[in-house]
Amino acid sequence: MSATTDYRKREESITLTSEPAGERQELLTLNMGPHHPATHGVLRLLVTLEGEIVRDLKPIIGYVHTGIEKTCEDKSYWKVIPCVERMDYVSYYFNAMAFCGAVETLLGIEVPPRAQYLRVIHLELNRIASHMVWLGTGALDLGAVSMFWYCFRERENILDLFEMSSGQRMHTRYFQVGGVFEDIPTGFAAKLRTFLDRMPTRADQFADLMEKNEIVLRRLRDVCPLDEKTLLGLGVTGPLLRAAGNPWDLRKAQPYSSYDHFDFKIPVGTVGDNYDRYRVRHAELYESVKIIEQALEGLPEGDHITSDRKVALPPRHELATSMEALIHHFKLVTEGFRVPPGEIYYPIEGPRGELGCFVRADGSAKPARVHMRDPSFSNLMAFAPMVKDGYIADLIATIAMLDPILGGIDR
Amino acid sequence: MPSGPPARAETRPVPDATGLELIAQALQEANADSVLGTAFFRDRAVIIANPPDVHEVLGRLKDQGYDFLASLHGVDYYPEEPRLGVLYELLDMKEVDRISVKARVHTDAPRIASVVDLWPGADHPEREVYDMFGVVFEGHPDLRRILMPEDYEGFPQRRDFPVGGEPVLFTYNEDSPYGKSQ
Repeated sequence: MSATTDYRKREESITLTSEPAGERQELLTLNMGPHHPATHGVLRLLVTLEGEIVRDLKPIIGYVHTGIEKTCEDKSYWKVIPCVERMDYVSYYFNAMAFCGAVETLLGIEVPPRAQYLRVIHLELNRIASHMVWLGTGALDLGAVSMFWYCFRERENILDLFEMSSGQRMHTRYFQVGGVFEDIPTGFAAKLRTFLDRMPTRADQFADLMEKNEIVLRRLRDVCPLDEKTLLGLGVTGPLLRAAGNPWDLRKAQPYSSYDHFDFKIPVGTVGDNYDRYRVRHAELYESVKIIEQALEGLPEGDHITSDRKVALPPRHELATSMEALIHHFKLVTEGFRVPPGEIYYPIEGPRGELGCFVRADGSAKPARVHMRDPSFSNLMAFAPMVKDGYIADLIATIAMLDPILGGIDR
Repeated sequence: MPSGPPARAETRPVPDATGLELIAQALQEANADSVLGTAFFRDRAVIIANPPDVHEVLGRLKDQGYDFLASLHGVDYYPEEPRLGVLYELLDMKEVDRISVKARVHTDAPRIASVVDLWPGADHPEREVYDMFGVVFEGHPDLRRILMPEDYEGFPQRRDFPVGGEPVLFTYNEDSPYGKSQ
């Protein structure tokens, strides 16, 4: 059987239509993807259309499944960090935070306050960078090409800051179990302040570009709303849920990494349409800037990583003078640290919602199971109810405002 | 503006060990066989449910306020028996409580009731657990593979599934598997 004739046969289990068409109706099944022009990742949609109206939609995922969770089971704990960072490749700091937080809870170790603040700075910078990717590619989906360049210009500045603190622009491996890899270098704070001073103005400009454009407004306002109850049933969290008026944010509800030290607001929407989804994320840009400003201002002195030598590498200079440090270093880089048996689920608030990391330790130096509850995975389930009985053009606008990252969905 | 780092905020262990026992006891009173045990580790409360009764247990917990299914995932406890575990992470948004429910099934008959009727959002996670571990969710409306190709054989997240050495199939070589013939 050739590949082309076998094409439908392999997918015949997929029901293409939701309900049988009436006598005078004609339903058309349209395949969208598996490629997407913007950088959401590789998503494929089977859309059942009646004229221009979407009657049913089935997302087909798995095109960028690389078995990262399986790979993690074969790596020692500190080598898992770069693996999980590559799941949702736009919000890598969050993946690392969820995993490190889970392992720290299993180990029962305390993270020094300075490390917690440095984590907050990088997490919120990453949130802005992630929202910049969303706004840029989202506007690109709506046909506004210039927004993409403006947003990526700001994102570049954030990546420059990441490069300064960790040496890498993406997938930085900056967060370690017990703290962060290195203290921030000289000049980082000044450069960060310059960025923070500029960012609110830039966000104002983005708002002007979007909200003073009649076409954008008409494509977003009252388009594909979904109520709070349905969203909760589908497990949707993050800006999509907040757009429908539910102020659920784990940074406030279950503060981790010193988030309770900072004064910030949770933007919420009212009706939960595409415009609210856009407004909530846009308002979060300002709140993230406020959090970073406070964290930078109140940055405590002290260690940037735990002094527990069984978990964190000893400082380089100690290796020349201390035999004990040398042994710790050797044990850590060859075997890694062992984690007592147990299971933990550690949720944090990612840019797209609740990002939970489940880790099962069996007492060895490698995790027995790592699972990421990625918000995009759950949020994608809300896509079909959102766009049902809407226009196909609104489907594109909705996927732009849904902000799915297929790397996180497929893992 | 914080003046120096205050002491770490008291994270409430919710429900605490006593609260967990009370919840488990209430569940046992309703159905004596439904709860096999409890576990409390690092402030994480787990109810170990009897697999045939897991739907009932989750339904009761949902009525008690744990009405948000935050996560549903599978674990392979190889070589322990029963090997496969299905974990439900429940959340009570009003009280900010979390509780986990765990049900373990054997690999020879990995069947468990679907909770899609309680939470529509269990749809994709249950398909993922089926795809990766081979747990069959009875009553799921559309149980098929989600991340792996439809014609894939085996359940890759099981601990005895080997890493690597697997032929990569594309449409051009699907009739002549990798390494066998050109």
